[in-house]
Amino acid sequence: MMDFLDIAKAGPAIPELIIAVSALGLLMLGAFKKGESSDLVNSLALFAMALAGGAIILTSGPSQSAFHNAFVVDTFSRFMKILVLFGSSATLIMSVQFMKQERIDKFEYPVLILLATLGMMMMISANGLISLYMGLELQSLALYVVAAFNRDSTRSSEAGLKYFVLGALSSGMLLYGSSLVYGFTGSVNFDTIAAFLKANDAGVGLTFGLVFVIAGLAFKISAVPFHMWTPDVYEGSPTPVAAFFAAAPKIAAMSILIRTMISPFPAIAADWQQIIVFVSIASMVLGAFAAIGQTNIKRLLAYSSIGHMGFALVGLAAGSTEGIRGVILYMTIYMLMTLGSFACVLAMKRDGQRLEDISDLAGLSRNSKMMAFVLSMFMFSLAGIPPLAGFFGKYFVFLAAIKAGLYPLAIIGVLASVVGAFYYLRIVKIMYFDEPEDAFEPMAGELKMIIAVSGLFVVLFALFANPLVNLANAAAVSIF
Amino acid sequence: MPELPFLSLIILVPLVGALFVLTIRGSDEIALRNMRQIALSTTIFTFVLSLVLWTGFDFETSAFQFEEKHSWLGGMMSYHLGVDGISMLFIILTTFLMPITIIASWGVKSRVKEYMIAFLVLEALMIGVFAALDLVLFYLFFEGGLIPMFLIIGVWGGKNRVYASFKFFLYTLAGSVLMLLAIMYMYWNAGTADIAEILKNPGFSAQAQTWLWLAFFASFAVKMPMWPVHTWLPDAHVEAPTGGSVILAAILLKMGGYGFLRFSLPMFPLASDYFAPFVFTLSIIAIIYTSLVALRQDDMKKLIAYSSVAHMGFVTMGIFTMTRQGIDGALFQMISHGLVSGALFLSVGVIYDRMHTREIAAYGGLVNRMPAYAFIFMLFTMANVGLPGTSGFVGEFLTLMAAFQVNSWVAFFATTGVVLSAAYALWLYRRVVFGVLQKDSLKAITDMSRREALIFAPLVILTVFFGFYPTPILDVFSASVENLTNQLSAAIDGAAAIKAAAIN
Repeated sequence: MMDFLDIAKAGPAIPELIIAVSALGLLMLGAFKKGESSDLVNSLALFAMALAGGAIILTSGPSQSAFHNAFVVDTFSRFMKILVLFGSSATLIMSVQFMKQERIDKFEYPVLILLATLGMMMMISANGLISLYMGLELQSLALYVVAAFNRDSTRSSEAGLKYFVLGALSSGMLLYGSSLVYGFTGSVNFDTIAAFLKANDAGVGLTFGLVFVIAGLAFKISAVPFHMWTPDVYEGSPTPVAAFFAAAPKIAAMSILIRTMISPFPAIAADWQQIIVFVSIASMVLGAFAAIGQTNIKRLLAYSSIGHMGFALVGLAAGSTEGIRGVILYMTIYMLMTLGSFACVLAMKRDGQRLEDISDLAGLSRNSKMMAFVLSMFMFSLAGIPPLAGFFGKYFVFLAAIKAGLYPLAIIGVLASVVGAFYYLRIVKIMYFDEPEDAFEPMAGELKMIIAVSGLFVVLFALFANPLVNLANAAAVSIF
Repeated sequence: MPELPFLSLIILVPLVGALFVLTIRGSDEIALRNMRQIALSTTIFTFVLSLVLWTGFDFETSAFQFEEKHSWLGGMMSYHLGVDGISMLFIILTTFLMPITIIASWGVKSRVKEYMIAFLVLEALMIGVFAALDLVLFYLFFEGGLIPMFLIIGVWGGKNRVYASFKFFLYTLAGSVLMLLAIMYMYWNAGTADIAEILKNPGFSAQAQTWLWLAFFASFAVKMPMWPVHTWLPDAHVEAPTGGSVILAAILLKMGGYGFLRFSLPMFPLASDYFAPFVFTLSIIAIIYTSLVALRQDDMKKLIAYSSVAHMGFVTMGIFTMTRQGIDGALFQMISHGLVSGALFLSVGVIYDRMHTREIAAYGGLVNRMPAYAFIFMLFTMANVGLPGTSGFVGEFLTLMAAFQVNSWVAFFATTGVVLSAAYALWLYRRVVFGVLQKDSLKAITDMSRREALIFAPLVILTVFFGFYPTPILDVFSASVENLTNQLSAAIDGAAAIKAAAIN
């Protein structure tokens, strides 16, 4: 029987409810409105996300839970949700012109983005294996569709199909792992699992299940060895969609990975830390070496994001408040750098033709000085060169790793970052040292805005980082 | 008392100048002239401002002066600046050489705006390196300098510039990231990243010191550069434009030596003592081997680059004698090398601008057409050799004396380097300047212009002046060096006493 009092208890989920109701409402609006409706739906979707963001900020306070403790809201989840909303709206803004030019400006796109965002927000707040899976699937199903959104392009369809097949496999692994965890601990709720493990010794079966859970989540953050889909999907899907994949879902999946490790399994930290250390090292090294040979900038950014997930995991491997703070800051900085870089990729257009080859950037510093400068700052920042933001991301995660005594991980990590610097430098070299090609078409205004915002963030991070570091600190403390 | 934050100002002024250059539009002659003049006046103003450091400096104390401190990044680190006797001169050397570099770059035609901005930003970062009193802040400036230098070599460099710029960047970065990890360890161990605090009470265990020392060594040895990680330097020097070479040789290389004196010696005294023979070995190999390599070079810039590596060998040797004379000599050698090597690269630039080749074989008999140039080049060649009466002599002599006290074999091998340096430098001079002017291409070469003479004038005066009267420089760092050596011997004796007590 339905308990209507439960609805009143859903207060902490108001931001999610806003997104859910708007997604359904906009779907209706798009379906029943006569004529072209994508512009209207786009702006309403942005408005809904802004509203949800406002609701998150307004309802800030102590930790709360809802739905029989399957859903928690704490500083950590609020911070990450704001990031996700920012990432989703930025990519939505970036896509408007692109979708029009490619003649795929359907109203379903913003609705799907909203649904994916809803799934991510559910994931971030999930406090149990079932709510985790619900959020994850809602997000993934929406993402499969947007990957194939350019349905007349075989590459896009291929990307969507590939993502779907591999994603389904990873969901299967996650479910298998979850059922093992449930079987050996007797609960799906994180708090109950944590209490059980505190009192009882964990068997090898639980560790076995945990491996599968981590495998399923590692797929979502595209960490090695579950990264294979990333370059193909990035390359095949429409560029703004690739930007979306690189930003918001990564934040959400990283958040739930953090929560799934820290909240229910602190008692067996030594077990999962080994796995995270391995995944982290593998991602950093593969990301660094595999990107060297790429000629397509989207594929290059895909490998770069694999490497960056490895760096972020360094903080999680440390498993301390400092480590989680590092991951939070890393993901924040990573998202802005990535959005900016993808906005630059979107601006690569000549004679009505979209370009994706790195060599098309040749001599950009002569034709459009500003874009070349900002893109090179993104590249230096992705490489982790001070005083840009990317350096501080690496600084905070490695700081935690050193405190935790993970010296081999830290040493391999920084050396991988030197290897990675090589391919970022290559892009700078092509823009600055090579002879110029023809100029790109002028950039759309909204791209300029996104590039400017992320560019300023990357360059001036050192000056204005204080409040962000304090916030990340509060968020990290709240999860323990 | 609320004073003007001089160090922040000195760092800020070049950045403001860069912003001004940025606002100039157009690429006609007038716009270019404005850019150059703004860059020049900015650097001159910075230099004048930095002289305040010298006039207001208290020579009697080894404490940090002109300090500024603000909390930063949620209390994780601090924006802490300050100078003592060791760092003050490097700042002045930087600000002194920058206007000279800008004048020497008057002839740069392509992308003048970016060129001037890159140099101004580089200046700010270099000053920051020497003024930073927080480990993370130091690292920020230390690594940040890679970006403008990478662009300077890559955009305005010679034929093989891409290879050289990548090599420069990746070598330095690879060395530095290990230092970053060491900095993190020190932060957790000491509870602060503040250099002044750590210097007061280093207190790292002997085992930790070994690892930390090696991590810092990885960075400074590359920067210095020491044999066998010196190979990036000849490439970078050859390909960099004249201005870039000057800054690279005169200032960027000194960051390695500065780092040894600021971090390795005082913070890890036991490890420094333990590794001193290792450093001596590397230094001697550097002195002898790179001198021999320099003999065989066909490219003038490459020859001077190898000679820089050899001279830096004297510096590392002097530093790790851990005596007053040795460290005094090393510091003096660094300042002197800053003037002399900068001047030598400028000398090469003078004829390169005319003939567009650095091949030694393309020249010969220049003295017939360029007497003034021949004189200047002679003077700096002699200073490079270390002739008494030039500043090059003082540093080499002091380091050799110190090395003799510590280990006479080290001094013996290092002295052969002095002979070899005379060989390659004088032979270079003979091949380029003396002889009969046979080559047709050289028949119409002109002597130095007034702008070029103006560049060399201050360098000539200082090189000779400090050769005869080194006291003003030695006075600056005497208190700091004395304090450093006292601390060092106290730490080493203390550890030895504990060891002896444990055995008994």
